[in-house]
Amino acid sequence: MNSVPKALKYSKTHEWVREEEDLITVGITDHAQCMLGDLVYIELPDIEVTLEAGQECAVVESVKAAADIYSPISGEVVEINESLLDNPQLVNEDPYGKGWLFRLRPFENDLAGLLSADAYSKQVASEAH
Amino acid sequence: MAKKTPLYTSHLQAGAKLVDFAGWDMPLHYGSQIQEHHAVRQSAGVFDVSHMTILDFSGPDVDRYLQSVLANDIGRLTLGKALYTCMLDPHGGIIDDLIVYKMAENTYRLVTNSATHDKDIAWFNEHMASFQVEMVERRDLAMLAVQGPLVQQKLSAFIPPLFQTEIADLPVFHMKIYDQLFVARTGYTGEDGYELILPAEQAETIWQRMLAADIQPCGLGARDTLRLEAGLNLYGADMDESVSPLESNLTWSVAFSPLERDFIGRAALLKQIAHGIERKLVGLVLEGPGVLRNHQKVIIPTIGSGEITSGSFSPSLNKGIAFARVPVEIGEECVVEMRSKSVYAQVVKLPFIKRGKQTFLEKRKNGAVT
Repeated sequence: MNSVPKALKYSKTHEWVREEEDLITVGITDHAQCMLGDLVYIELPDIEVTLEAGQECAVVESVKAAADIYSPISGEVVEINESLLDNPQLVNEDPYGKGWLFRLRPFENDLAGLLSADAYSKQVASEAH
Repeated sequence: MAKKTPLYTSHLQAGAKLVDFAGWDMPLHYGSQIQEHHAVRQSAGVFDVSHMTILDFSGPDVDRYLQSVLANDIGRLTLGKALYTCMLDPHGGIIDDLIVYKMAENTYRLVTNSATHDKDIAWFNEHMASFQVEMVERRDLAMLAVQGPLVQQKLSAFIPPLFQTEIADLPVFHMKIYDQLFVARTGYTGEDGYELILPAEQAETIWQRMLAADIQPCGLGARDTLRLEAGLNLYGADMDESVSPLESNLTWSVAFSPLERDFIGRAALLKQIAHGIERKLVGLVLEGPGVLRNHQKVIIPTIGSGEITSGSFSPSLNKGIAFARVPVEIGEECVVEMRSKSVYAQVVKLPFIKRGKQTFLEKRKNGAVT
């Protein structure tokens, strides 16, 4: 069973969100990295770019598939995880830690549209059938 | 109900992620397909390939029969030797590719693909009428491929002591049978190694002994990137009935001599040569970041276009690599239409990797087409 930390919020498209003071950190879930398999290439957004909620903003590619990453909320990109450019497998090894993708300064502090850990777990379980 | 190999339970125990492959539940990887890839390039790995079709042919007319249905000439085989060949339709299209082993006089073993199982059997039967030949499918057997530069140091894990010297000295593309164990120096990775065929009920023991000898279990994911680096075609991706061996980098596997051997597809291939071959299969290397994918369009400015037949990521080179079918006039460079951009790729002769080493020179650093 893939891990779904209770403290995080989730999008239907398998991104996770962590609130850290006035910034939020975005990554992909353990379930998502497991479905993709070994990641070999990651394209991250440019710093200072502004993103709408739901906007395509990054690409993660494994040996077998490419997946678009959608920004879970609207905001400005303030930091990207540059260590992933040389070592994309950090996402496989530690999806909620060293494998984070980017940090946003949100335009509105509104995570209400996102899923709780329980709701996300239910969604993953229902997709399996 | 998916088919299972004799090692199904062992795969689950080893933590395999299973996928459906041509109706079989097969291991995709046991955690990390890249790590498995590196194990085979640097050490040793083992693949369960029991889903492959094993067919034994015998009978007084078996030589003439196989010389008729196979594009390569089994007349070239001495006892204990193996041959790679295509099986063609009358238009020169590839029905399947396979390895044929000469096990004894008038006795051959063929290993064909699993995805083509039904049509292969039908084709063999359809062309058997005028020959005294018997075909037996060996579903009672399992097949393991053990591959990598350190396999020689680990022979004691899977070869009885008495035969180890002989197996170490077995030349490439040769086979030996010891009691019920068939050992061939063949494989699908570009590394040294063996393919073993043995009774299904013995597979578990030998598999566990290999794992205990630090031979890495490897799934279909690593098998695909290894064969791609090694320049080995995959049936159904790089070739099918719509193309001939002459358009698939396999001209070397067609035996046009002796002239009197009239194998199925021969006339069509000769016609193709007379008209001029228009397409060929080449290797592409992406110099910039990214992964090449099947069916991406390849553009050769002022000449024409082609398509990627197998695209992936090379763990050994840390680059996107692919096979592409392109106009024969292609030069040293082309443009690939990727997801959201067009990028340059270098055209190289296959294989990309031979015995663990890169075979081509990098021409220049390429990037996005501006």
